[in-house]
Amino acid sequence: MAKGEVVLGCLAPHPPHVVYAENPEQNEPFSEGGWEALRWGYHSLARKLKGIDYDCIVVLTPHWQTYVGTHFLGLERFQNISVDPIFPNLFRFNHDITVDVEMAEAMHDAAAEAGIITKMMRNPDFRVDYGTIVSCHMLNPDWDKPIVTISSNRSTHYYSNEVMNEQATALGDAVMKAIEASGKKVVLVASHSLSHRHFVTEAPLPEDMSREHIYNHSQYVWDMKIIDMMRRGEMQEVIDVLPEMIEQTMAEAEGGGLTWMMAAMGMPDYPAEIYGYQSVIGTGNAIAAWDPNEATRQLVL
Amino acid sequence: MSEEPEIVLGLYVPPHPHPLLASEQNEGWGKLRDAFDTCRQRIEESDADLMLIYSTTWPSIVGHQIQAHPKPVFTHVDDDFHFLGSMPYEFHMDAEYAECYREACEARGLHARTVAFDGFPIDTGSVVALKLLNPDNRIPACIVSSNVYSNRAEQIVLGKAARDAMSKLGKKVVVVVVASLSNRMFTEHIDPADDRIHSAKDDEWNRKILEFFENGRLEDISQLSRDIQGQIRVSKVVAYKPAWWMAATMGQHNNYDGEVLAYEALHGAGGAVIQLTPAKGGVGDKEFDEDDVEFYHGDRSVLDKGML
Ligand SMILES: [Fe+2]
Repeated sequence: MAKGEVVLGCLAPHPPHVVYAENPEQNEPFSEGGWEALRWGYHSLARKLKGIDYDCIVVLTPHWQTYVGTHFLGLERFQNISVDPIFPNLFRFNHDITVDVEMAEAMHDAAAEAGIITKMMRNPDFRVDYGTIVSCHMLNPDWDKPIVTISSNRSTHYYSNEVMNEQATALGDAVMKAIEASGKKVVLVASHSLSHRHFVTEAPLPEDMSREHIYNHSQYVWDMKIIDMMRRGEMQEVIDVLPEMIEQTMAEAEGGGLTWMMAAMGMPDYPAEIYGYQSVIGTGNAIAAWDPNEATRQLVL
Repeated sequence: MSEEPEIVLGLYVPPHPHPLLASEQNEGWGKLRDAFDTCRQRIEESDADLMLIYSTTWPSIVGHQIQAHPKPVFTHVDDDFHFLGSMPYEFHMDAEYAECYREACEARGLHARTVAFDGFPIDTGSVVALKLLNPDNRIPACIVSSNVYSNRAEQIVLGKAARDAMSKLGKKVVVVVVASLSNRMFTEHIDPADDRIHSAKDDEWNRKILEFFENGRLEDISQLSRDIQGQIRVSKVVAYKPAWWMAATMGQHNNYDGEVLAYEALHGAGGAVIQLTPAKGGVGDKEFDEDDVEFYHGDRSVLDKGML
């Protein structure tokens, strides 16, 4: 059996606003659009993904928050309605999700082997978080590939951003071993924004783009700094400054997604593909991808 | 709003699902369950006609969200403790109070909105509290979220707005706060038999807070909120907010009969079931009480030996 591999890594923010703006049939509310810079970026990345041969999508999401270890979805199918607890006016999404349980178990076992506290989630009533759903829908609106969701252990809250970085790195290393042993081709997804300070009020029409802008300039400067480093392939440096960035911008990378993904991909030193950047209710959101295959790697934006 | 609302009692209860789903697995979890049951009985014996819940496990970002679905039905599963089982629910919410609370928030300068959507994910803490304290939906309920960015002033005004709405509708209310005391859990899975408070420091602080509760000193706990946050609260959010909201909602004083019905560990966190009943006498003998709020009698001489 050939060694398994990561065929693409995606930074895929999950504001429910982007799904809302798309008006897919699965989502109940109706919108007049909005956040095009992000949505068109997502469309472009989704087209690239269509051309890649892969077996499953593995997502680490900060909206499945676990304090007792790292958990993995462990049942084949989840059919339900997902209502966003923060933006229920925008996101009430009927989903039918297929899970690659074999891959999830392999990742769980590899993480446990590495000394990480783990748990398989086997409760059929469990509701898959909206971070997973938004990122996966925008990357693959056909939902024709199985997924694996990994929870976000709250080590930032319990210890520090530095401890989070260490633990997410260990998880990334373990997940890579499981992927290699599986023989599968896997797409990794870090589901989160960059800077993450929200406005606490909402426009009467949420998609009114005349109201949308970054929360403050400091957030913007940090976001641009990180995107610049991504363009230059300085991912080790990004991970090194991440604790500081999280501290100063409340960055959603605090959930461990980016660190985990970069560790699993061997800390890329090649340029990331940048697909878009836009604020959503004040937060900074970048869509980026890391293509290990030099022949297909592009300069997108 | 000059008319004082009628608050029948106040309860402080823990958010984790163990007392609901696994009370037989650990003696302490069973004691918490018994305490919930006692409170349920007392609510039944009271003439309360509304249960208002403030839950620390329902975060919000866009202002303050207030649950207004008249009959939310779903099956909830906890993110961490999914293996303990599912929590199917069907609740009865007081949509009229919810709307009135929203209006009162807006009148006091707060951004607030009601939510009434099928399938809305009611949080673990609210589900546990409603299923154990109000299992037959005997009285209608309402739930208000905990805004992640809000701080002291906003929480206190949010409590005052809750009172405005109670007065306006003439409600007799059971006020419920869903929150841990110390909130650090063990980061590994444990044998239920081995559960204990995470550290001696957490335990000491919890017991000190319980002393205050037992003496009815809710306003004093509110004043100590920032110390409590610094000492025994994991920095998930910027402040320990439930005491601010509870004290403001219950009238900003120390004049209660307090009773700690149970204090036990829930996977390391401090779980307590506490009842506060508004009392008549006793004003003036606690730190933040004033003998007379209308006339200046001079500063209280706290360094004197007093009557000794
Ligand atoms: Fe998020």
